[in-house]
Amino acid sequence: MATPRNRNISVSETSRPVLPRHARLKFDETRQVWVILAPERVLAPDEIAVEVLQLCDGVRSVADMVDQLAAKYAAEREAIATDVIAMLQDLADKGFLTESREKTS
Amino acid sequence: MSPTLTDAGVAASDPSDGLAVLEARGSTAEAFGIPLAVLAELTHRCPLQCPYCSNPVELDRGGSELTTEEWKKVLTELAQIGVLQIHFSGGEPTARKDLVELVRHASDVGLYSNLITSAVLLTREKLSALADAGLCHVQISFQGNEPMVADRVAGLKKAHEKKIEVARWTRELDLPLTVNAVMHRQNLHQLPDIIEMAVDLDADRLEVANVQYYGWALKNRAALMPTLEQMEETSRIVEEAEVRLKGVLAIDYVVPDYYALRPKKCMGGWGRQFFNISPAGKVLPCHAAESITGLEFESVRSNHSIAWIWQNSEAFNRYRGTGWMKEPCKSCEFREIDFGGCRCQAFALTGDAGNTDPACTLSPMHEQIFKLAASEAAADRNQFIYRNFAGGTPETGGDHGA
Repeated sequence: MATPRNRNISVSETSRPVLPRHARLKFDETRQVWVILAPERVLAPDEIAVEVLQLCDGVRSVADMVDQLAAKYAAEREAIATDVIAMLQDLADKGFLTESREKTS
Repeated sequence: MSPTLTDAGVAASDPSDGLAVLEARGSTAEAFGIPLAVLAELTHRCPLQCPYCSNPVELDRGGSELTTEEWKKVLTELAQIGVLQIHFSGGEPTARKDLVELVRHASDVGLYSNLITSAVLLTREKLSALADAGLCHVQISFQGNEPMVADRVAGLKKAHEKKIEVARWTRELDLPLTVNAVMHRQNLHQLPDIIEMAVDLDADRLEVANVQYYGWALKNRAALMPTLEQMEETSRIVEEAEVRLKGVLAIDYVVPDYYALRPKKCMGGWGRQFFNISPAGKVLPCHAAESITGLEFESVRSNHSIAWIWQNSEAFNRYRGTGWMKEPCKSCEFREIDFGGCRCQAFALTGDAGNTDPACTLSPMHEQIFKLAASEAAADRNQFIYRNFAGGTPETGGDHGA
């Protein structure tokens, strides 16, 4: 039996999340909404989720994103961190978020 | 600030309401919004001869297939009217020499592309070219977990070995992989091993899809229908695996509706959130719809746009919504939950697509159908009729999957 590989990540402030190849963030011109396209699924992220996801480039850490959003919305950093991590974890649990990692051989 | 993700999934156990969320957000689509995903059956040609093939018994010949330019025009039009995902299917889509070109075109017009394949015609170079063309996801069908059963069901020697090889290439190329396993009486005993195989292949998803009995599968029902005991065991195995493999492998489970109490919401309701395009260009409410005689289906080769066909053609409007229903559907509290089940199955089993799907316990034919299925399963006649352009060929030789 193969050892099951847990493909889900645990999101923290040090994570550098990125959408995997099979999850595409796209603006749907017909319906005028942002969508995430994934195998056999379409997710409809809200405006704030979209803003967070656009920051997920595999380089930026979650901490950096939270700093940026806290500054932009002049909001309490802790509250934003909680919300952002919860949202990203939800996406990761669904298999639509991965962590950038060095290619090792 | 509370970011949320609404799952508008068209997947999993309830393939429903992919559109509900998006429509609620002010879609420009009209009463029946343009589907999010469309199935493009590029060809009916296939090197496999699976006895449960979802293609119609009357297959489209190679000569009637849409040309490369026609498919590209279709893809462009689909993207323009708001379709987001395209599933390239068949037959065997890789039997088309222009598949890479079509995938690239889908990428160019912004469609998310999925390849639904038997994999046996793929080379590593071809798969790599498809990945480079922007292919987003690969789904490979498996007929079992080892060659003895799998190659017998596929009606093709060395098919299983080839599929395993292609599945490994898929992951090496970092393409996400879904393993599709169509289950029936001849291979259900392999389900635990098929689940392990999917994990071993590093698949993201596994579809455990019990055969749906129309077309070729209806011809082969006596050889395919599981026993009730097998079904109960299957559900137990799937439920156990879903818990054990959470975060490792997502499992979508399709129960055989002969053994269900309520009919499935087939296609999410006729003409409600899905259509497919046949190799010859017919726009169909489901891939089995041509089995319903007396319905005329419009083609992309006609003067009508695809959006017009979806919204206005007689075939799509015939069984849309609930207005067409007779009793017991008409006054049923579930009529907008399941839309009366499957029209093709109603037609195949009762002769009238407007009847309640006999999978429903409220159908006057349910009891009879259930007993028939149980007696066929018990009789254990195992000879297949293989799918082909000649209208089917009986399996010969050997003891049939004993």
